[in-house]
Amino acid sequence: MSRETIENVDRRRFLRLTGLTAGGLILGTALPNTQPLWAQSGAANRELNLFVGINADDTVSIVCHRSEMGQGIRTGLPQVVADEMEADWSKVKVIQGLGDKRYGSQNTDGSRSIRRFYDTMRNMGASARSMLESAAAQQWQVPASECKAKNHTVVHIPSGRSLRFGELAERAAKQPVPDEDKLQLKSSDQFNYIGKPVKNYDTPDMVMGKAGYGQDVQLDDMLIASIERSPVLGSKIAKLDDSDARKVKGVIAIERLEVATEPPVFNPLSGVAVIARNTWSALKARDKLKIEWTDSPHQQHNSESYLATLRERVQKAGKKVTGRGDLDATLKNAAKVHKANYSVPYLAHATMEPPSATAVVSDDVCEVWSCVQDPQSVQQHVASALKIKPEQVRVNVTLLGGGFGRKSKPDFVIEAALLSKKLGKPVKVVWSREDDIRHDFYHAISAAHFEAAMDAQGKVTGWLQRTAFPSISGTFSAGVEHPSSGELDLGLTDLPYAIDNYRTETAPAEYHTRIGWLRSVCNIQNAFGICSFADELAHAAGQKPDAFLMQLIGPDRQVDPSEGEYKYGNYGEPLEKFPLDTARLKNVLQHAAKKAQLAPRSAQTGNSGEAWGIAVHRSFLSYVAVASKVHVAGSKLEVLEMYCCADVGLAVNPDRVASQMEGSMIFALSLALMGEITMQDGAISNRNFDSYPLLRLNQSPNITVDIVESTAAPAGVGEPGVPPVAPSIANAIFAASGQRIRDLPINKHLALA
Amino acid sequence: MQITVNGSPQQLDVDEDMPLLWALRDELKMTGTKFGCGKGLCGACTIHLDGQAVRSCLTPVSAAVGKSITTIEGLSENGDHPLQQAWIEHGVPQCGYCQCGQIMSAAALLSRNANPSDAEIDGAMSGNLCRCGTYPRIKIAIKSAASQSAAFYDAARTAEEAAS
Repeated sequence: MSRETIENVDRRRFLRLTGLTAGGLILGTALPNTQPLWAQSGAANRELNLFVGINADDTVSIVCHRSEMGQGIRTGLPQVVADEMEADWSKVKVIQGLGDKRYGSQNTDGSRSIRRFYDTMRNMGASARSMLESAAAQQWQVPASECKAKNHTVVHIPSGRSLRFGELAERAAKQPVPDEDKLQLKSSDQFNYIGKPVKNYDTPDMVMGKAGYGQDVQLDDMLIASIERSPVLGSKIAKLDDSDARKVKGVIAIERLEVATEPPVFNPLSGVAVIARNTWSALKARDKLKIEWTDSPHQQHNSESYLATLRERVQKAGKKVTGRGDLDATLKNAAKVHKANYSVPYLAHATMEPPSATAVVSDDVCEVWSCVQDPQSVQQHVASALKIKPEQVRVNVTLLGGGFGRKSKPDFVIEAALLSKKLGKPVKVVWSREDDIRHDFYHAISAAHFEAAMDAQGKVTGWLQRTAFPSISGTFSAGVEHPSSGELDLGLTDLPYAIDNYRTETAPAEYHTRIGWLRSVCNIQNAFGICSFADELAHAAGQKPDAFLMQLIGPDRQVDPSEGEYKYGNYGEPLEKFPLDTARLKNVLQHAAKKAQLAPRSAQTGNSGEAWGIAVHRSFLSYVAVASKVHVAGSKLEVLEMYCCADVGLAVNPDRVASQMEGSMIFALSLALMGEITMQDGAISNRNFDSYPLLRLNQSPNITVDIVESTAAPAGVGEPGVPPVAPSIANAIFAASGQRIRDLPINKHLALA
Repeated sequence: MQITVNGSPQQLDVDEDMPLLWALRDELKMTGTKFGCGKGLCGACTIHLDGQAVRSCLTPVSAAVGKSITTIEGLSENGDHPLQQAWIEHGVPQCGYCQCGQIMSAAALLSRNANPSDAEIDGAMSGNLCRCGTYPRIKIAIKSAASQSAAFYDAARTAEEAAS
């Protein structure tokens, strides 16, 4: 297949997926030397423009270069552009950007899209507006200062004449691109869309079954692959008998995939691929494969005994990360010392859409359509597997049926590319649910140990936190035994408590499976331990948990967790722009406390079995407090109600922020109540939603979300709702029953009603 | 084999045991019906078979012969089913992947019960998983659509009778 054919295939598919009509006029914007690949057909090789185009029919096309996985980014970013350029949202077409480093980072991860690109999008919109105004001024032969863009037109103020954006498009495209520092941004009282609940762009397509996901890609002559992968990391095919599988009607080929897997990186696992005319034939034939696998060094791995090992390791002095004061003396001389251990199991992402990728490889070109969070990483890793250059890999990003970090790892795309190359045809790799659960990049299993010194009044004078979990770094480099600072900065080293003597330590933990990042990452175990342990101390001191926390957080101040050699990462942002501000932390805490009726356990009367618990945590530069109400009757637990107060800085789309918080409550309830991946003999024991259950609608409590009104820089939204949930539930269970849950998931201790 | 999807007869040359899910997606290129688990555990593949909500991943194509199949693409002409409108109004979807199945389960409920209680909604919808956690809005949207669903189904029946 020639390069030309591929591009044609691509264009047809791409136009169908995006709805982009050919032949637009393209506006220059503030980023020079850039040209959107999506506009090649109509852009006539202009050297410009990344994000904004205008068609003569008045349609404004805005590129979203970040992946949509439910967070609403295909609405949030374009609505910022549309606002600044005075476009009418009903005339906006959102175009999904191809993988291209000229966009800047497309790694849709870390709750970064708005905080990293809010300013850029405003500049793009303002630049487009300025060029439209200049174009109108030129056409009317009047000073540009007399021309003002307003609601998809430019108006000549003195005369009242106006021109539609579409009428100005051609002339506007010829205007010089304004200097970025000369752009006039709107003041917030002029916003039409920023800060408003603009409806999600893709919803109408979604509810009619027209939205295109990775699993939905259809190409002419496309074959389907289903792959049986090695159950244990590092093992390879020892013996394969595929004679029965080959007899299944519709089977085209059976291929071995053997890629180096230690360290795992994003490489595909060893496996046998069945390639067939349709998915059903591929699945049926795959069932008939007889494969023997070689032994692997991870063969002995057992998650239960490994967790016991980690628990032992965190009892002993570890490697110091940060610390202040004299903790050892403080613990020795304390009126009271309180100790506890916490653990969180392996967790899987379980996106509703199992991973899927479609690839066409021919000559030295690879074209990909897939549900990926980071198309540029796909370019790199596919190029490396095919031994071509990243620029030779064209990545079309579909909608993602959930991401949560799983679809940042392009192993499934590499599989499709390798198979397409072998077969010389378009190949779609379809992961089944079992594939997804058994071959994930798992959230790390972890154990943590805490010790606190308290004085006679119950004030905390010393704090020790020690953690052990296999690091994500082990997925990429051999010999990693301790977590990276990047992982510890997710809710551990940035402990916001005013305690004079404290220390953070790590204990070693080696990997035995692929470890990856899952929505809110290490904040999950760090917040569970810290927010639960703080609640333990409140009850030990006989104080109301919220009042105790207020004192523990201490005076209003901006915390800088950096110490000596140790530099706190702050999610890659400067503390000046995104401080760790205890006043904001306490503010959301107080909102949640108002909702919850909190009391020290010792002061509780009656025995209704109902109680509230609370937790507050800063992550991804946002502050979230959660109050949960539970009912514990004997060994049965029901979560009755949840309240979430979030300060995310400026909420660009408050409705999408609220929906992310609602979703985070439920995502985190799944992990807190029932989330557990277990491993035996090196292999995952779980299979499908029967053995890796998720919360269902009938188990979903009433949820109220308050978003703090703020003019602070917009911060993370997709993840920060998750961390406080598990401790709020555990704290509520203690308040209701006196039972302290320190090991997740909760259904190991209490049955779910 | 011939099956009837959204009122149109469709010829299929596939194994009889092929689940309807794959016949729809791979053969008829109708991808609104989603693959989520393949074991009837998540509801993403929900369709209507003679008006009943069924999981197409567990329904062999042979079992659908002679029956009327409705998929999300055929639920309404222009996305104007009260549930689709309520889903938009209340901003239900996040990633959207499970929502076709959610809507099909809810539509089967409302077609026989225009005023479902909370327990009835729980009963009809607990087989549909949503990893994004849109359950609170699903409940709200079903209730808001319920009041309009009686008129919608009356109109549909009238149109059907007029056609026959």
